[in-house]
Amino acid sequence: MKELSIYIHIPFCVRKCLYCDFLSFSVGTGSDDGDNYVNQIAPANEKKIESYVNLLCDEIRCSAPPYGQYRVISIFFGGGTPSLLPVGTVSRILDWIREHYHVAEDAEITIEMNPETVDEKKLKEYITCGINRLSIGLQSADDAELKRIGRIHDYRTFEKVYRAARRIGFDNINIDVMSALPDQNLDDYMRTLRQVTALAPEHVSAYSLTLEDDTPLCDRRAEFRFPTDEEEREMYRRTGEYLAENGYHRYEISNYAREGFECRHNKVYWQRGNYIGFGLGAASMAENVRWNDPVDMERYQAYVEQLARSTDKTGGRRIRENDVKLFDLQPLTVREQMEEFMFLGLRMMRGVDGQTFYEVFGESMEELYGKVIDKLCGYGVLVREQGRIRLTEQGIDVSNFVMSQFLFD
Amino acid sequence: MAVIDQSKIRNFCIIAHIDHGKSTLADRIIEKTGLLTSREMQAQVLDNMELERERGITIKAQTVRIIYNAKDGNEYIFNLIDTPGHVDFNYEVSRALAACDGAVLVVDAAQGIEAQTLANVYLALDHDLDVFPVINKIDLPSAEPERVKNEIEDVIGIEAQDAPLISAKNGIGIEDVLEAIVEKIPAPKGSPDNPLQALIFDSVYDSYKGVIVFCRIMEGRVAKGTAIKMMATGATAEVVEVGYFGPGQFIPCDELSAGMVGYLTASIKNVKDTAVGDTVTDLNAPCAEPLPGYKKVNSMVYCGMYPADGAKYPDLRDALEKLKLNDASLNYEPETSVALGFGFRCGFLGLLHLEIIQERLEREYNLDLVTTAPGVIYRVHKTDGEMIELTNPSNLPDPAQIAYMEEPIVSAEIMVTTEFIGPIMQLCQERRGRYISTEYIEATRALIKYDLPLNEIIYDFFDALKSRSRGYASFDYEMKGYEESKLVRLDILINHDEVDALSFIVHADSAYERGRKMCEKLKDEIPRHLFEIPIQAAVGGKIIARETVKAMRKDVLAKCYGGDITRKKKLLEKQKEGKKRMRQVGNVEIPQSAFMSVLKLDDK
Repeated sequence: MKELSIYIHIPFCVRKCLYCDFLSFSVGTGSDDGDNYVNQIAPANEKKIESYVNLLCDEIRCSAPPYGQYRVISIFFGGGTPSLLPVGTVSRILDWIREHYHVAEDAEITIEMNPETVDEKKLKEYITCGINRLSIGLQSADDAELKRIGRIHDYRTFEKVYRAARRIGFDNINIDVMSALPDQNLDDYMRTLRQVTALAPEHVSAYSLTLEDDTPLCDRRAEFRFPTDEEEREMYRRTGEYLAENGYHRYEISNYAREGFECRHNKVYWQRGNYIGFGLGAASMAENVRWNDPVDMERYQAYVEQLARSTDKTGGRRIRENDVKLFDLQPLTVREQMEEFMFLGLRMMRGVDGQTFYEVFGESMEELYGKVIDKLCGYGVLVREQGRIRLTEQGIDVSNFVMSQFLFD
Repeated sequence: MAVIDQSKIRNFCIIAHIDHGKSTLADRIIEKTGLLTSREMQAQVLDNMELERERGITIKAQTVRIIYNAKDGNEYIFNLIDTPGHVDFNYEVSRALAACDGAVLVVDAAQGIEAQTLANVYLALDHDLDVFPVINKIDLPSAEPERVKNEIEDVIGIEAQDAPLISAKNGIGIEDVLEAIVEKIPAPKGSPDNPLQALIFDSVYDSYKGVIVFCRIMEGRVAKGTAIKMMATGATAEVVEVGYFGPGQFIPCDELSAGMVGYLTASIKNVKDTAVGDTVTDLNAPCAEPLPGYKKVNSMVYCGMYPADGAKYPDLRDALEKLKLNDASLNYEPETSVALGFGFRCGFLGLLHLEIIQERLEREYNLDLVTTAPGVIYRVHKTDGEMIELTNPSNLPDPAQIAYMEEPIVSAEIMVTTEFIGPIMQLCQERRGRYISTEYIEATRALIKYDLPLNEIIYDFFDALKSRSRGYASFDYEMKGYEESKLVRLDILINHDEVDALSFIVHADSAYERGRKMCEKLKDEIPRHLFEIPIQAAVGGKIIARETVKAMRKDVLAKCYGGDITRKKKLLEKQKEGKKRMRQVGNVEIPQSAFMSVLKLDDK
């Protein structure tokens, strides 16, 4: 049986963080900028969330027919803040998926959480319905830093949730941290890292903050001092060193794990496995066709309705030619697949393998990319090792440049 | 067709400083004489190239024939020859003037006489034209017609008290101008019975008729079937058609005779054969002497033009070929650059001419161009006695073989209000000018004369002049000749490779300053690479300035958005797109804009 991964997008947050440009809407009470928020979903928004979940379930159901012969190896609830969904909702969605897809016994099922939105009751619901991996957004162990970037929780709340999760029995937990925060120096950042490793999670995601256009933090950037590129790279380097000393290896540019705890879902993206995303703006790639759900709520609704009609009419057999137009399917050419194989594969620290390339495409990676690889090895940003190529430490720093070299003219 | 009475012909032009309203007045004259209703008039009929309208300048001479019923009851034929309005086209102006018998001088009632006004008036007087002034823009609140009249009399020495006061824009006083043309401009002389002698003052290429030659018949007559000869180029042909100029169209007639202005076609394939200023005569009954004043037009400014996309080289060649059909003063020959590949070294009359050609290539032919810094023609005298005219800095011989070099010098006249004399003189000194004289035109205005090296004024002199005089200075120049000068070639090395397309010739004393600015500019232009890139300026192998583009430290995307690879790929593609607009020199990718940055060294 072929393998499939499923992503569920929950585009709601109690309040959006100041740096965030992800597709998500604030649904909490209180204003976006004020400090006096209450960790509650505004009553007016409860209905909105409920109808969104209904649409989501429709999409899940109507998308199922083509995947009868696929085994689901991972499910990921991302957002937004999936943990803000009312008790019972996550298990409802998960049950619904199980009803329409073949979910493997040992599937990795992850949910992203904001500590402020979770209590023991929810954690128990998660473990009961089969969620076996938690990804908790901490970002910083320093409350002042958290406030500066508009996080709604403090460190204490995080630690409480983390310990509760352990107590309840979660044995695969990721903690998200961020570097290069406003007014943060290397020592501040290292303190966060130390506190995180003291809790001994199985997995750490360490991202450096990117100031995105049109985010409140970007608009207010003049109020803060941001680390320079050099300082930011130093933070990155120290992250790798420190986490390595504590038993975490870097398996992807921004992800670290204890042996055997790499995120399976994450790796599907880089290794070009099949995945389908459900929900507003969700991205999918199956059998070398990519598509994205609409990012606008009204259009998303129309899209799901259209999907339902087309599925019902054809008794579940979707007609490809029509789908291309209706659902904006983007079939990838072989060259595009090769490009992706390279630039996605290079995000993994083990890099890409010439043998696999040959098995997938029937062509030699060295013949196609030998010159580029030689040049990049010459610059010291790439190394060849037993038929594989991978980024060097310096290569990671300039990985966009390196990856762009693998696009065809 | 009735025999045309020579005494009822008036051949004239309008001369003015730029923006004083020459083309607007021409439009009003055409409108008043009923050739076109004002509804049919597109503003400024005579400036018919899109570019000319946009820039508000006349690039090519235009000519139109108008019938005017004068107050004396007679019908007159006016031939209005509109002249180009820029110093780059001085020679063309002089030939157009030679085709006229008189000139209407338009002076702005607020601004008075400007340097270019003077230059054009003197040019007209040199051609023995009768000049009478009209005062334009009298409806402006700042108009001072009396002051301007006095100024004209004092400075130019022509009668101005009865000058028509007009507003070409609002159609005021146009009738007075028409009457004055009848009264003050003499009828043409010459006899139809003499051997043919016609002055070529312009020509255009038409894909059906071949070259259409614009000419003024001085003596004799020409008709269909006349075998003609161009006296300077030696080209011969048989006339296919003669005619005169309607607004925007050619109107054939039976014959052109002495005193008339019109066109002829003779299946001539190339404007090269019909050089402006040449004399057309009858092959079988030639005139004794050609008309005076013919001059071969030489390019003054050269630059390299390369297609941004190397594959477009043939397109560029075809486009230049087509433009050349209509523009004898455009020169080009193929050249290759290590940095830019295949292109052309092009010669122009001046920087405006260069810009016009560049814009036409980009607009009309859809070409994306990389242009190297414009330079002038230097004379390199070698130790073996040979003299080279250098148009491309890369061809400069080894310094050991050079005895001395010369550069072109122009005589410049700058008209300025007295408060700005200081800053303007300072500017001229900075540009290696040699002071000649200052003449006070009136209490508040002066005419400053300088000899200036041409290479100091081709880039941005005019802009500097305007900014240092708050727009009040006006400027005109003419070639004076060549003078010995201490010149060196400034080379630019990027990552230790010399980039030929960035070399230029500069005076030894300014080499250091220019080199330093150049390096600074390039440092900003060249993106960071994976390695450090030294940028050096060198003269004769000796490094005189250096900057460094630091190595790229960070270019990494921390997060991908829930498997949204399309977003990631777009980012990478953007990076790759940027690469396409780069030129590879050794290991370094140089943006195309860098090659033009030399032009903007004086940007503050």
